[in-house]
Amino acid sequence: MAAIAHETQSVPVSKRRGPSFVTRREAIWGYVFLSPWIIGFVLFTGLPMVVSLIYSFTQFNLIKPEEGMTFVGLRNWFQLFRDPQIYQSLLVSVRFALISVPLGIALPLGLALLVNSKHLIAKNVFRALFYMPTMIPIVATVLIWGGILNSDTGWLNRLLAIIGIEGPKWFQDKHWVLVTLSIMGFWGLGTTMVTMLAGLQNVPTDLYEAAKVDGAGPIYSFFNITVPMISPIIFYNLTLAIIGAFQYFTQAYIISNGRGDPEGATYFFNLYLFKTAFSFLDMGYGATMAWLMFLIVLVLTIILFTTSGRWVYYASGED
Amino acid sequence: MATTMTPPKASWSASRQMRQFMAYSSMTFFGLIVLSVFLMPLGYMMTTAFKTIQQIVDVYGFILPMSPATFTYESKDYPLYKVPTDVGLQNWALVRKGREDSDFVDPANPQAGPIYWTGRWRTLAPVYNFNPTYGNFAVAWDTVQFPILFRNTFIIAIAGTIGTLLSSIAVAYGFARFRLPGKSVLFIILISTIILPSQVTLLPKYVFYRTIGWGGTWWPLIIPHFFANAYNVFLLRQYFRSIPKDLDEAAMIDGASPLQILLYVIIPQSLPALIAVGLFHFFFAWNDFFEPLIYLQGRPNLYTISIGLTQFANAFGSRPELLMAASIMAVALPILIFFLAQRVFLQGIVITGVDK
Repeated sequence: MAAIAHETQSVPVSKRRGPSFVTRREAIWGYVFLSPWIIGFVLFTGLPMVVSLIYSFTQFNLIKPEEGMTFVGLRNWFQLFRDPQIYQSLLVSVRFALISVPLGIALPLGLALLVNSKHLIAKNVFRALFYMPTMIPIVATVLIWGGILNSDTGWLNRLLAIIGIEGPKWFQDKHWVLVTLSIMGFWGLGTTMVTMLAGLQNVPTDLYEAAKVDGAGPIYSFFNITVPMISPIIFYNLTLAIIGAFQYFTQAYIISNGRGDPEGATYFFNLYLFKTAFSFLDMGYGATMAWLMFLIVLVLTIILFTTSGRWVYYASGED
Repeated sequence: MATTMTPPKASWSASRQMRQFMAYSSMTFFGLIVLSVFLMPLGYMMTTAFKTIQQIVDVYGFILPMSPATFTYESKDYPLYKVPTDVGLQNWALVRKGREDSDFVDPANPQAGPIYWTGRWRTLAPVYNFNPTYGNFAVAWDTVQFPILFRNTFIIAIAGTIGTLLSSIAVAYGFARFRLPGKSVLFIILISTIILPSQVTLLPKYVFYRTIGWGGTWWPLIIPHFFANAYNVFLLRQYFRSIPKDLDEAAMIDGASPLQILLYVIIPQSLPALIAVGLFHFFFAWNDFFEPLIYLQGRPNLYTISIGLTQFANAFGSRPELLMAASIMAVALPILIFFLAQRVFLQGIVITGVDK
């Protein structure tokens, strides 16, 4: 009797608990697999962000820990507004973004159109070769472009001299150096080109055929079919390009060994941040600058996302 | 009126073929021009590395490594010039320089002695010969200490690649195959780390690594990659989701644990994506500049290629031939591997960049 009673009782219980046990087991396994990222996020992103914010209210010298960390309230944050170098270096970053971001979208789009053309022979060879410089270490890229753009011995100015143009001093002229850096950036555009190419290939061809039947020319088709259809990819790359321009560091650091030559024209915000933390060893102010950069990027991203509804077209909705 | 004799259809198709041919050749020609402008710096690198500093400064024949040709006449070297004569341009050696007239020697017939020539020798074009130098590579190789830099960079890149593969596979599998509470929020957090500026976490991490004694070691460049990153997780998750679930379920019915399903069902079917992630990380680490710069400061024997090359560039900034020889050595391996694996690369980018 007892055994039967036990059986009859246990059947509904296990039926009720069965699925929940399976889902709990599944969830546990899932968290186990996610754990490296969750732990890593807390250790290397979440906590450091909070600590960085705390740093911004303190003053301490990294090399002399015995001096200790002193709480200074909002002094670092007020300092941001009084520091002329902050405006200067933000201006450099903004100016650079205004030059490099439009180029960084238009040029890969142009290249993608070129290597997507049905009249191009050996397309795959062209695609690979246009992408290839993206693999070259940035330091080598800077050295190579530094050579070809050298105002005395570089090829470009000598070629310009042949047709009677005196080329600018690419690296020494403060009006040109940001253009020079943008040109050097051409070699990093392969990834953008490949994503745009994939976007172009996903545009349904019947749209073009329908437009052709209606008498639309290639330019009309480009602006009214191609651009709207690949606008999500343009948007994605635009976001990354703007953020990238504000974080620009390596090339600027290498061309003048971190001095920001000529006349501070390449003293980017991120370079100033680096100097503040690792040369002037002012960690508190450095962390404040880092948070300022985070807030700027956050605001820019929010602006981009809220305005994206007006010009980004999602053909199939979400996922 | 021969055209009226030919059937209109044939002439139409001939002109159509002609137009097709024109379209292909003009587009390809245009592509070649754009490509050669785009890759011109590589040409500069390749030729400059084989030049001497005199050849770089020389304005004549500045593209290939060329040297002024000379001819030895009566045990002295004389420069060759292109001299216009009655029988066309002759390459003659200038043995006596005069303002309005000069003496030349014909290298083909030196026994004939000096030839008197009226005209300004300064207006003549010198003769150049192809004359590459190979010594720059040895100098660069020894000065930059490439063997050590290659070894260091390789160890860091391989260790990080292993870490990023192990962790990203696990995390992507978790996101792709398991129903768990809060998954979509976690996924949004993961994706938003892509646009998080790394500077905002930089200083606390730097202080932390120094405190635990990792300053001046490779650990900060390796260990964090054992905790997955958004790009790779996203790429692998997209790939895992495209694998039909039937196989998982069949294995599950056979009693396979989730770990076994990952190892025996998912991973064998995802090799292209795994290779892509591995290569992406390898090249990220190979080319990384900022982190080695701050974490390896003052430890030259731990430097990576990027840092070693920068130091070299600072010391030899006025020696383009050495910089280009060093650059060739630094870019050779990435370019080689890229050409061997370019299909995997380009597909991997499409997954991360297009699927949003």
